[in-house]
Amino acid sequence: MAERQYDWKAIAKNPKFVELHHKKTAFLFGWWIFSCVYYFLLPIGAAYTPGLFKVKIIGVVNFGYIFALSQFFVSWGIALYYSHVANKDFDRLTRELIDELHL
Amino acid sequence: MTIKKIFIAASLALSVAAAAYAEEQKAPAAGAAPAMSAPATQGAPAATAAAPAPNAAASVATPAPAKPAPAKKELKTNRTITIGMFLVIIAITMGVVVWAAKQTKTASDFYAAGGGITGTQNGWAIAGDYMSAASFLGISGLISLYGYDGFMYSVGWLVAYITVLLIVAEPCRNAGKYTLGDILSFRTSPKPVRAFAAISTVAVSTFYLTAQMVGAGKLMALLIGIPYKMSIIGVGILMVGYVVFGGMVATTWVQIIKAGLLMAGAFLLSVLVMVKAGFNPIGFFSTIVASPEIQDHVSKLVLKDGVILSGVDAGQRFLEPGLYLKNPLDQISLGMALVLGTAGMPHILMRFFTVPTAQAARKSVIIAMFIIGGFYILTTLLGFGAAIHLTPQGITSVDPGGNMATLMLAQQMGADIAPIVGDLFLAFLCAVAFATILAVVSGLVLAASAAIAHDIYVNVIKDGHADQHEQVFAARLTSFVVGACGIMIGLAAEKQNVAHLVALAFAVAASGNLPVVILSLFWRKFNTAGVISGLLVGTVASIALVMVSPNMTYPKVVAEGAKKVIVAMEKKQAALPAGQSLTEKDAKALAKAKVDAQQTGTSMVGLDKPLFTLKNPGLISIPLGFMAAILGALAFPNRRSEDMFDEVYVRQNTGLGMAKAVEH
Repeated sequence: MAERQYDWKAIAKNPKFVELHHKKTAFLFGWWIFSCVYYFLLPIGAAYTPGLFKVKIIGVVNFGYIFALSQFFVSWGIALYYSHVANKDFDRLTRELIDELHL
Repeated sequence: MTIKKIFIAASLALSVAAAAYAEEQKAPAAGAAPAMSAPATQGAPAATAAAPAPNAAASVATPAPAKPAPAKKELKTNRTITIGMFLVIIAITMGVVVWAAKQTKTASDFYAAGGGITGTQNGWAIAGDYMSAASFLGISGLISLYGYDGFMYSVGWLVAYITVLLIVAEPCRNAGKYTLGDILSFRTSPKPVRAFAAISTVAVSTFYLTAQMVGAGKLMALLIGIPYKMSIIGVGILMVGYVVFGGMVATTWVQIIKAGLLMAGAFLLSVLVMVKAGFNPIGFFSTIVASPEIQDHVSKLVLKDGVILSGVDAGQRFLEPGLYLKNPLDQISLGMALVLGTAGMPHILMRFFTVPTAQAARKSVIIAMFIIGGFYILTTLLGFGAAIHLTPQGITSVDPGGNMATLMLAQQMGADIAPIVGDLFLAFLCAVAFATILAVVSGLVLAASAAIAHDIYVNVIKDGHADQHEQVFAARLTSFVVGACGIMIGLAAEKQNVAHLVALAFAVAASGNLPVVILSLFWRKFNTAGVISGLLVGTVASIALVMVSPNMTYPKVVAEGAKKVIVAMEKKQAALPAGQSLTEKDAKALAKAKVDAQQTGTSMVGLDKPLFTLKNPGLISIPLGFMAAILGALAFPNRRSEDMFDEVYVRQNTGLGMAKAVEH
């Protein structure tokens, strides 16, 4: 197993890596927190604002049902958006970094 | 080759079906018991679904018993077709195992399919690994009995994958090799950390596996009448066979096949439900509100809370929260355990080591999210469809928990086309349930055996000095032992209530595993002391809290409840006109309550009543796990761990120096 030796510290200080790391951290934790907050609004809302959940929106379909359904679409939306950003920015930055280091 | 097998299997299925049909034509009176497809209970007006003609004829042919016999309704499967379908599934998956066994030469092949699974394949496998029989049968059952709450319950299972996608999937692919221990031992003292990670993995897998095995045994007994012990042994032998011979390759394919079958079944059934509703979703919901049976069912449910509802109000209440999930804190606690626990489940983490790159890991989570989410949206149609066409009363008369709702719906929807179609559809879904159990338990056995063989044996006992041959042998041997233990636990736990074990598995994964995974990946100051204190406190806290929670049996509480039932029943008896006695159901409840009222003693840990009121400990144990991990790391700072953070961070972001294809 002939693994190459890398100078990890030097790579970590590389401006490309720093840029990648900042962008990624902000994106990942930001959206993660958003999705958690959005999700917990469902059980919290159902328990403490039952009146809101009963409001009929279309025919007999109420806000509660639409809100629960929206969780699926919001989750999918975040997943697709992440994949778009990762494919476009994160992967590109990573590739450029690796090219620059001749790895 | 696979296509050829599928073709053979399909033709086999068709011939079995044809044989079964012919057999039925010859002996139409065989099995005098009324077929299950007419679930409308005696007395309940058959408002929405007219009983299919052949079944109606059958029930007429049965001499009506003088007094209402207790004859518990059951799901009647056509044995020949069902067993034929099971054999087809077993044959296909066995073919995969034989093929996979030839390819499994190295430890990497065994645990991670040599990293040769594509993102799309892995996405289907994750979905197959994750959607247990509980979610397949249980969630639509919950919706059919409790409406909105059942649907709300399923949301967390999908949202959990956002955490997996954003936080753990790609870094794990880049930093790990086969197990949780690989990720955690990077910049810490490997031996103790691996040992603790392995213990936690084995604990989580065992809790989850036991719940699955017991569920499997009961389900098989209910579906095709195989005795509990036989089904545990049968499922167990197959599971051990898949894992020992086929390793991760076979397990992955079993999961992919199962996910495909499950989606096909759910989709087809949903289409049939929507055809009945004229593809009008709004009209579909109006039917629910207007159904007299659902209104009646809801008015009884809310009566327990002292609310009187009837007519359309009761029907509308079915679409509102609060019929099933009553304690909001418990609900939030469960959500936390789901959202954070899924990402810490060892068998889910393990799936990311099977793909070659971080990009493939990302793609696989996204595909899995669409499959899982799509499935849970379909469960609304299945659950509400079952409530409309079978009525909640019809569903509970077969199984009080509603677990049979999907299967009953399949049989009825099919039977509306032709009786044989109903039988075929039911048999198909039974086979899917069976494949589901196999796929989930195989993944769990593999995760537990990887922890023992790779972490404990190879890396702790042998210091990492074991050749490929020895590693694969150790992996196969531990899989065999883990599988055998699973069978024995399953046999021993027949009479136990194991529902709390699922909560426990997620709680331990969320409070023990996830905090240390996140902190090792993202926090510079994290170290050995942090990993150990986090794992230890998180795991112990969740187990201890469950032990003192309402999940356990408290004989004195049971006795108190039983006394109330006795009082209520005696009042009811007194109110009846002279000479009339209680109904069969009430009399049974009274007899049971009289026995239960005699119970004394304390729970397993010596309590009279629960100390902690939440069923899920996540609300308390997850923050404790995080705090312990952080405080442990701060109390025993370690220079080396901090210095090595750059390496971990660069590796997980770039995939440099990844363990990929090391052995090839």
